[in-house]
Amino acid sequence: MQSGGFYDALPAMNLLSQPIGPAHYLVVGAILFTCGVVAMTVKRNAIGVLMGIELVLNGANLNFVAFGSPGLAGGPHSLGLDGQWIAMFVIVLAAAEAAVALAIALCFYRNFATVDVDRGEELHG
Amino acid sequence: MDITLWHNVFFFLMAGVACGTALAVVLAGNVVRMAFYLITSLAAVAGLFFLAGAQFLGAMQLMVYVGGTLVLLAFGVMLTARGPLSSMRTGGGQWVLAALLGGSLLAVLLQTVVQVGGPGGEAASTLAAAEETQSPTTAQLGLGLLGVRSQPPGQALARPAPPPAPGYLLVFEIISVHLLVVLVGAAYLARAKWRRPERLVIHHPPLAASQQLTTDN
Repeated sequence: MQSGGFYDALPAMNLLSQPIGPAHYLVVGAILFTCGVVAMTVKRNAIGVLMGIELVLNGANLNFVAFGSPGLAGGPHSLGLDGQWIAMFVIVLAAAEAAVALAIALCFYRNFATVDVDRGEELHG
Repeated sequence: MDITLWHNVFFFLMAGVACGTALAVVLAGNVVRMAFYLITSLAAVAGLFFLAGAQFLGAMQLMVYVGGTLVLLAFGVMLTARGPLSSMRTGGGQWVLAALLGGSLLAVLLQTVVQVGGPGGEAASTLAAAEETQSPTTAQLGLGLLGVRSQPPGQALARPAPPPAPGYLLVFEIISVHLLVVLVGAAYLARAKWRRPERLVIHHPPLAASQQLTTDN
């Protein structure tokens, strides 16, 4: 593995010269997670916030699968099939959460005629 | 060697598509375009699942997310996005704040990844061999959900091993009941409200118009 000054300054770039391992999947999961968090904070549309949550859950799922992958993180530290089970439960919970959140968004829209989350200030003290 | 090369190619393809479209979800202003970018990103993540050897999970991701949740989201967009409200703009200051937050969060996460993930050199060299000997994990996943955790075939013939870890039967039941309760609750929340008679008049324009005509006369 080459380790120049450039790679020392940016350790994440060092991954590009290595074969695919769990760290690569973790980088993709981190990017998805960050995009989801930024989408949750930036979007004013309630459905946009919901899409940000889906992105966050997908980033977490990618981490679970990468840690449990038999070919990637083999050895005693692998999660094995447990990673896939947990990711499956996360997918089911995300589907349930999306259903409830969309029902709430529809209810909100019926009452306020908008899905702008900044307009939901009925509970302000 | 060839297998690992194609693995690399497809990994970077899928990872690029997933990250690029996730960024497009953040940057897009239109809700419908955001939904499309989200579909593409989730499908690319499903491809990454296939690459990581989780075939059943990749298929489940395609079916549940791309087939189910995104249809639900599209219906939500269609039912709520009306008029100019479909693209609600965010102020410039908030974009700067969000970029700062996202950049710092990404820096922290990448630092952690580099420290935790470690190089995949030795593991990835055995990737091809693992993929050749690897059987589909669907049966083991289903057995685990029923509470039976199958042992690796190599250890089954050995001397009596310690009892295997319990499966996920209880979690499976809890998740099932949770899903049922959630669906009933969502249907209850999103039901058509019982309307009072004066709002019933607003809801039927021809009736209201005829009533107005009769009162005018």
